[in-house]
Order: sequence, then C-alpha cells, then structure tokens
Amino acid sequence: MTEHVLRLQGVRKRFGDTEVLGGVDLTVARHEVVALIGASGSGKSTLLRCVSLLEQLDDGRIWLGDLDISDPRVAPDRVRARIGIVFQQFNLFPHLRVIDNVALASRRVLRTPRSQADAAALALLDRVGLADKAQEYPDRLSGGQQQRVAIVRAIATNPELLLLDEITSALDPELVTEVLDLVRQLSAEGTTIVMATHEMAFARDVADRVVFLDGGVIVEEGRSADVFEHPREERTRAFLSRFIGPGGSGSSVA
Amino acid sequence: MRSSSLPISDVEIGRRAYRRTQNTRSVLVSLVSTLVFAVVIWLTVVNTPGWQSVQRSFFDLETAIAAWPRIIAGLWINIQVLFFASIGVLVLSVVIATVRTLRGPIWFPLRALAAAYTDLFRGLPLIIVLFLVGFGIPGLELFPRNSAQFWGTIALILTYSAYVSEVFRAGIEAVHPSQRLAARSLGLSHGQTMRIVVLPQAVRKVTPALMNDFVAMQKDVGLISVLGVVDAVRAAQIETAANFNFTPYVLAGLLFVLLALPMIRLTDWYTARLRAREQMGTLL
Ligand SMILES: Nc1ncnc2c1ncn2[C@@H]1O[C@H](COP(=O)(O)OP(=O)(O)OP(=O)(O)O)[C@@H](O)[C@H]1O
Ligand SMILES: [Mg+2]
Repeated sequence: MTEHVLRLQGVRKRFGDTEVLGGVDLTVARHEVVALIGASGSGKSTLLRCVSLLEQLDDGRIWLGDLDISDPRVAPDRVRARIGIVFQQFNLFPHLRVIDNVALASRRVLRTPRSQADAAALALLDRVGLADKAQEYPDRLSGGQQQRVAIVRAIATNPELLLLDEITSALDPELVTEVLDLVRQLSAEGTTIVMATHEMAFARDVADRVVFLDGGVIVEEGRSADVFEHPREERTRAFLSRFIGPGGSGSSVA
Repeated sequence: MRSSSLPISDVEIGRRAYRRTQNTRSVLVSLVSTLVFAVVIWLTVVNTPGWQSVQRSFFDLETAIAAWPRIIAGLWINIQVLFFASIGVLVLSVVIATVRTLRGPIWFPLRALAAAYTDLFRGLPLIIVLFLVGFGIPGLELFPRNSAQFWGTIALILTYSAYVSEVFRAGIEAVHPSQRLAARSLGLSHGQTMRIVVLPQAVRKVTPALMNDFVAMQKDVGLISVLGVVDAVRAAQIETAANFNFTPYVLAGLLFVLLALPMIRLTDWYTARLRAREQMGTLL
C-alpha cells in the first residue's frame, strides 16, 4: 500500500493567456486533511477541478495512489468515481429525489444492484440525520440539508479522496455548523480530504496541513498550527491578517 | 372559502367585502360588453345582402350530414399520420439536438450536418417539402413503398424535427453547466449525463413550447392532402366538388379544431401549473 493518496507534480493550467496554476506540487497522505487557503482567484477551485479530471492539464502529472490519472489512456470516468467532490452550490439534481441523488453513482457507475445501492444510500442519509428526507426533492430542503446530501452523495461510492470546494460559502451563518460538523466527523473517521475554504478557524482546527495558494502557486505549506501562528512568508501573513490579523475585522474575503 | 377556523381582523373583513363588490362589478361589465359585441357582429353579418346564399353554401346541414362519413374516415387517416409523425419528430429531434450540443473537434462534421439540416428545413415551406419528398423520392424507385401517406408522414417529420430540435437544444442549454459538472464528477459518462441529468431537466423546461408545436403539427397534417391522400381535407374537397357546396370544408375545419382543443387546454393547464409552482407576485 502506498502511503500517499494523491500526488501532484508541476501541475499547470491556463485559461486562454492567463496562467491560473503555475506549477503546483503537492502530496496528500492517507487519512490526511489538507486545507487550501488563498484569496479569491488564487486557483483553489481550478486545482480541485484538475484533480477530479474536470479540467485538462496544460502540464504536470497527477497520481491517485499509484495510478497516473493525467495519462490520457486512463478512463476518466473510472477515476472520477474514485474521487468525491462537493461544490459550493451543492449542485444536487433537482429532478431526482434525495435518495436517487445519493444512490445514482453506485447504481450507474459501480453497477451496484438497485436495492443494495438504495439501502446503502439510506444508511448514509440516516447517519447525517436526513433519512426522513429520502423521498423529498432537493428544493424542499434547507441549504445546510442540501449540502449534507451533496457530501453524502460524494462519499456514496466510497471514494479514496474527498474534495470540498468552499462548501459553506453559500450557506447562511446558522447553517454552517451542521455542515462543518459532518466534515469533522468524516475526518475523524479517517477520510482523506482536500478542502478549499475561507473558514480559517475550522481549517486551523480540523486540517492536519494548510496550503496557501497565491497567484496559482503554493507560497507556503505546513502543519496548520505552524502556518496560522508563525507564517514564514510575508504574503501569507498579509493574507491571514485579513481574517485574524491586527485591526482585522475577522470577516471573510468576498 | 376557508375562513372558518382562523380569526380575521375587521380590516381584512372590510377589504374582502370591498374586493367582492369590485369583482362582481368587473364581471358584470365584461359580460355585458361581450354580449353587446357578439350581438352587433351577428346582426351585421345576418343583414348583409349576401348572407342568404352564404348560409346555403357554407352552413348547410344536409350537405354536412351527407359528407360526414367520408370526412370522418379521412380524419382517421390524419390521426394516424399525426401519431406516427409525433413519434418520429420526438426521436429525430432529440438526436439532432444532442448532436448539436456535442463539444470537441471530432464531432465537427456531425455537428455541421445537424446544423445544416435545421437551417434547411426551418427555411423550406412545408408544402415544398411535401412535394419534393412525396413525389421526388418515390420517383427514384429505390424503395418498394410508394404510399403517399407514408411519404407525407416523412415530410412532416423532416420539417417539424428541425423546429422541435431547436426547442430541445434551447432546453438543453438552459440546464446549468454545473449540473453537467456534478454528474461527470460522480463518474457518469457523457451519455449517462445527457440521459439521466440533462435531458429530463431540459424536457421539463420546454414542455409548453413542445405542446405548442404539437398543436401546430396537428393542423398541418391536413396538408398531406396535396399528395392525393384522402384525408379529411381531401374528403371535404371531393364532397364540395360533388355538391357545389362548401359546407364539407367548414365541417372538416370544425373537426380539426375539436381535435386540437384537448391539447390546447392541456398546454394552458400545464403552463398555469408551472407558474403556480413558482408563485411570486401573484397579484400581477
Ligand atoms: N473556465 C474558466 N475560464 C476562464 N478563466 C477561468 C475559468 N475558471 C477559472 N478561471 C480564472 O482562473 C482564476 C482562478 O479561479 P478559481 O476559481 O480557481 O479561484 P478560487 O481560488 O477558487 O477563487 P474563489 O475563492 O473565488 O473561489 C480566476 O482568475 C478565474 O477568473
Ligand atoms: Mg473557488
């Protein structure tokens, strides 16, 4: 068994003439929780989309375990089923019931028999306290409930890696906790997680490691306590001061 | 009214009474004005110098009864054509719309072909398509089938698929790209994403428009008569020629309206239901 779940080497991504990722190297160990922080536009979402093969790389390599998933001969659909991703805007399928949202990938990608997939989906929903909503359509749920369904949908195929892209940014403040509690629970169970977030307190609390991205490159990374308390780089200090720094209001960046 | 259980303030009681009298007045005004309008029209038409002869040659009960069996038999042909054409249009237009949304250079030839098809057949008048397909293709003597009804159906499918595929395409493009992204991120293939996630949402969005196109096609099936198919229109033409009386046309026209009415009502009902589900600003 390899010790790392994910490894990035010199990952580059351009949109037109702008280079959004300028050579990113990153290794994520099994059971590790990594927080990606950085200003808006620094490339966090792009990085996560590259890892889940939703964007084509312009250079560099990405391994999932021992498999080079940036190799064009690798079937991307099989890889995507091994990586769960949760988006800021939930992106549940509005025409499918909650249980069908959750069971869809097991049924259609893993070809699990329907009854088995549904039972597993229901068990997952029950774990997050939403078993009674299984037959509802997503628009009948609160934002926090929808996001919990989205998380459960992403882990229904037992992915080796879970990517979270600012999953609380679209939520009302009072709904943030219920979603973060679920992430905390998953990390406690040993799920390997890479999360882009603006929730600094949460990142500091739950993440093993913090990666600060600026202008598409990793400026600083380290154990979360170290990065938050003793940032080495000036740019990191400047960024963090916007959240917790001297005279800072503690509010998040837009 | 369900006002029994909840206590209502005096202000609201006053408002309701005021609205009731206002409503009654509005209904009365519109009823009276409609009646007056209808009576004026009726009197004008009936008092025109030519009314007597028009009544005889367009609204003659006996001619209508005599023409009835033939026209009904013809209408049955229209209904069959409508049935097969609808199925054909649905299948072909979904395929065309899907092809037109394929991305990537490898699909370019197919995409261009589909685009050329929709451009061509949206521009061509149906009647010309009917002539070209109905007389041209059998002339090739390539196919054993030479039934005018069959080629008429094909011509309808060709023309209407061009319109309906554009409706579907608009629906597909109205589904937010993030839905596609979410589906692909779960490991669904492009085809599965289309079938399970995008198309069902697209169809819901464009159902009222599709129903409208169906109503339009319902009356255009009458045009296959130009190929010599004895449908309701052609039957009416034959009866008219035999009796020098236009009543059979009126009869056939009424039957087409009756045929379309259920679908028209259904479209209205469905559109109203869609609106009710997004109820906001119900005053407007
Ligand atoms: N599909 C695209 N086409 C063109 N430019 C893009 C595209 N996606 C992202 N970008 C650009 O890439 C840069 C990085 O975007 P990205 O969404 O990765 O940032 P982010 O760190 O996630 O920001 P945020 O905190 O606002 O979510 C931005 O400048 C953005 O405008
Ligand atoms: Mg982002």
